[in-house]
Amino acid sequence: MSDTASSSASAESTASAAPAARAAEPMVRAEGVMKSFGSNTVLKSISLEVGRGEVMCIIGPSGSGKSTFLRCINHLEKVNGGRLFVDGELIGYRQRGDKIYELHPKEAALQRRDIGMVFQRFNLFPHLTVLENIIEAPQRVKRQGRDAAVKRATELLARVGLADKAKAYPASLSGGQQQRVAIARALAMEPKLLLFDEPTSALDPELVGEVLDVMKSLAASGMTMIVVTHEMGFAREVADSLVFMDGGVVVEAGDPRQVITDPQHERTKAFLSKVL
Amino acid sequence: MSDTTSTGSARSGAPSPSGASSDVIKAIPLRHPGRWIIAVVLVVILALFVYDAAVNRPTYDWPSVAKYLFDRRVSQAVLVTLELTVLSMIGAILIGGLVAVMRLSPNPVLRALAWVFVWIFRGTPVYVQLVFWGLLATIYKTVTIGIPFTTAAVSWTTQEAISVFWLAVIGLALNEAAYMSEIARAGILSVDKGQDEAAVALGMTWGQTMRRIILPQAMRVIIPPTGNEVISMLKTTSLVTAVPLSTDLYTRTRDISAETFNPIPLLIVASIWYLVITSVLMVGQYFLEKRFARSTRFIDVGGNPVAPTAAAAEPATTGESNERGGA
Repeated sequence: MSDTASSSASAESTASAAPAARAAEPMVRAEGVMKSFGSNTVLKSISLEVGRGEVMCIIGPSGSGKSTFLRCINHLEKVNGGRLFVDGELIGYRQRGDKIYELHPKEAALQRRDIGMVFQRFNLFPHLTVLENIIEAPQRVKRQGRDAAVKRATELLARVGLADKAKAYPASLSGGQQQRVAIARALAMEPKLLLFDEPTSALDPELVGEVLDVMKSLAASGMTMIVVTHEMGFAREVADSLVFMDGGVVVEAGDPRQVITDPQHERTKAFLSKVL
Repeated sequence: MSDTTSTGSARSGAPSPSGASSDVIKAIPLRHPGRWIIAVVLVVILALFVYDAAVNRPTYDWPSVAKYLFDRRVSQAVLVTLELTVLSMIGAILIGGLVAVMRLSPNPVLRALAWVFVWIFRGTPVYVQLVFWGLLATIYKTVTIGIPFTTAAVSWTTQEAISVFWLAVIGLALNEAAYMSEIARAGILSVDKGQDEAAVALGMTWGQTMRRIILPQAMRVIIPPTGNEVISMLKTTSLVTAVPLSTDLYTRTRDISAETFNPIPLLIVASIWYLVITSVLMVGQYFLEKRFARSTRFIDVGGNPVAPTAAAAEPATTGESNERGGA
């Protein structure tokens, strides 16, 4: 199954292909995932696993396919080949025998609501207040009552340190604050997996810390996270595994400290020498 | 800096926080004699034209203008024109919004349907369309509502079923809907793609995303040109004589002039009324646009966030290095 250079990315999850109990199943399992846009193949057979409660950081030069891979995990992009499972469930398709059926958009939406995503450019809804941003999806998608949604949102805002900003509009917040709201918005759906697509790349340097702090506390609370990032400090400190991608393949994967201090591949070495 | 050797009267050395000591510039404004000359010439020409129109041109027939301006038949016609405008625009906005959403839907059948609609109704003159609507009763003589394969049915002649006024409204609304759909489509497309992705990533369906996230933001772009369309519609109602509806402002004034054999004053009456209504609409549009421009919260800051607290700590580099002028 893992015909790429990488072995299974997660260190401890040695679960074989046979999914015995659900608890033994990793949160994310990619088996030879392929993605192309027209003739441009962006992902060439990505295989990796992310265990429950694990934090995986993905690094790599721009155009290496790391964001695309992330977007495949919640089916913002359609996978063209291989299989991608989240919590044991095939993403975007249904398999019966050896036939694969496309999912109805409503079913895809159902899969996505358990997978949170935080974007590089925050993508808060500018016409809604911070509170409204957070309660929108719980109310519309999960059919939560307004009171329950507001209560939960208030807790989440306190958790990201923005309890006083509930009534503010996104445009009046700093980038770091906006990104923390975006994290709270994703958490409001009580996801089992959180995806971060370069969450600090659009931030002023002095605002990066506050967002990373929130992410660290999330990781400490046991949230399963996949983080595409350039923050090597965060990767070293928080991540359970580190994946280096280049040219649509996983070049190297393993324990973050080991990869960072003692990279095995030339491309990893070259990349790390530039970012460290 | 502090070594100001200049003999400047108010220059008091060290950069004081209260900059009260610096001179206020009282410059003599630049003169624009050319503008004055052109303005005077234009005013003279205008005055001559008005004088000429008032005194030397009996065909304007100003007494008749005054007489018919508040004629009951005319003011009723103004009301009909307003009704036509409002009803057609409401229809056009609803249908146009629907068509725009269809055009952008993932469903190819809806997309094709919307495209054909815009193609036909934007591609033929509104006057021709209105004539067609007028001939509806000729083409489809009866309207029958019944249960298929039975004889139970209710039937009207088309003429009974729908009045000329409503035919005009339908004709105007459908034509305008084609334009409104393009305006709405542009508005929808102006919303950042990330908004759509964020909503979808939260598990919202396409319809929910459109209704709750995209359309509210698209309104900012949709509203100003819609104001223009209202004004345009007001004037287009003068074509309903093609249906033929004869109770609107232009047709009514033309009918009156057909009796009096004096068309010019009634044309002036109609023009005045159209101008008055347009002016009122322009005021309305001004406030509407101001209202939507005011919500600066709509401005998507994206990667350039405003950081009020961080930006406030402005470094105190007040161009002191330039201060050593004199000596």
